[in-house]
Amino acid sequence: MSMRTPLKTIRHLGSAKDGTSHFWQQRLTAVANVPLVIGFVILVIMLSGATHAEFVAAAGSPLGAIFLIAAVLSVTWHMRLGMQVVIEDYIHSEGMKIVLVLGNTFFTAAIALVSVFSILKLSFGG
Amino acid sequence: MSETTPTPHPRIGADRPLSPHLQVYRPLFTMMMSIVHRITGVGLYFGMFLLAWWLFAAASGPDYFTWVQGFFGSWFGQVILFGFTWALLHHMLGGLRHFVWDMGHGFGEVERETMAKATLAGSVILTVLVWIIGYMVR
Repeated sequence: MSMRTPLKTIRHLGSAKDGTSHFWQQRLTAVANVPLVIGFVILVIMLSGATHAEFVAAAGSPLGAIFLIAAVLSVTWHMRLGMQVVIEDYIHSEGMKIVLVLGNTFFTAAIALVSVFSILKLSFGG
Repeated sequence: MSETTPTPHPRIGADRPLSPHLQVYRPLFTMMMSIVHRITGVGLYFGMFLLAWWLFAAASGPDYFTWVQGFFGSWFGQVILFGFTWALLHHMLGGLRHFVWDMGHGFGEVERETMAKATLAGSVILTVLVWIIGYMVR
């Protein structure tokens, strides 16, 4: 006979209402970040002292732009998830927590938007 | 009204027993590495502003880009970028350590210490290596 109650199985998707998706996305983007960050470090080394023309040629090339956009999207999504956990761990007042979680999304979205737009402009607009 | 009436949003920790936290434990190496993993993550979070700024400068035109490149090339910029590089590599190696744990390995007394030491040593060595290569190809 089992001593477990039906609560051993989380009802629906649990208290956060999204099951393990946060954890899974954290790991998914972490896996993606490994090659993307290594490539990014190499790219930065190559472009550390670049002139504007050299930078546009490299970052605006189809391969460079696609790579950079992938890196930006994966990293910003990963850091949004990570910072959300940090906020939820340390901020216990409900109102401040909501404000900071919202701010977290706005900040990471802004970083992603500015970066992706800039890359696309280098690629299409010169 | 009885005192036991539950309030809708009780302040967490107000009346509940709390499990022991940082202040009661002797600092352990693996614990410090866990904290550093989180600190580097937070640092990188704000550091990503620098990448957005760099790309934005490139999209804004040659004059502004040259100025921003000059900032990153200054001693102050280089110190920030050196720290960013270390945080990035440390966080990445720490992440690889988490992958090992996710697979159910590396929890033993010896392995977890070895992996933690390898993460710290690896991050420092790789950072120095990246910067040596960076200055060589310049």
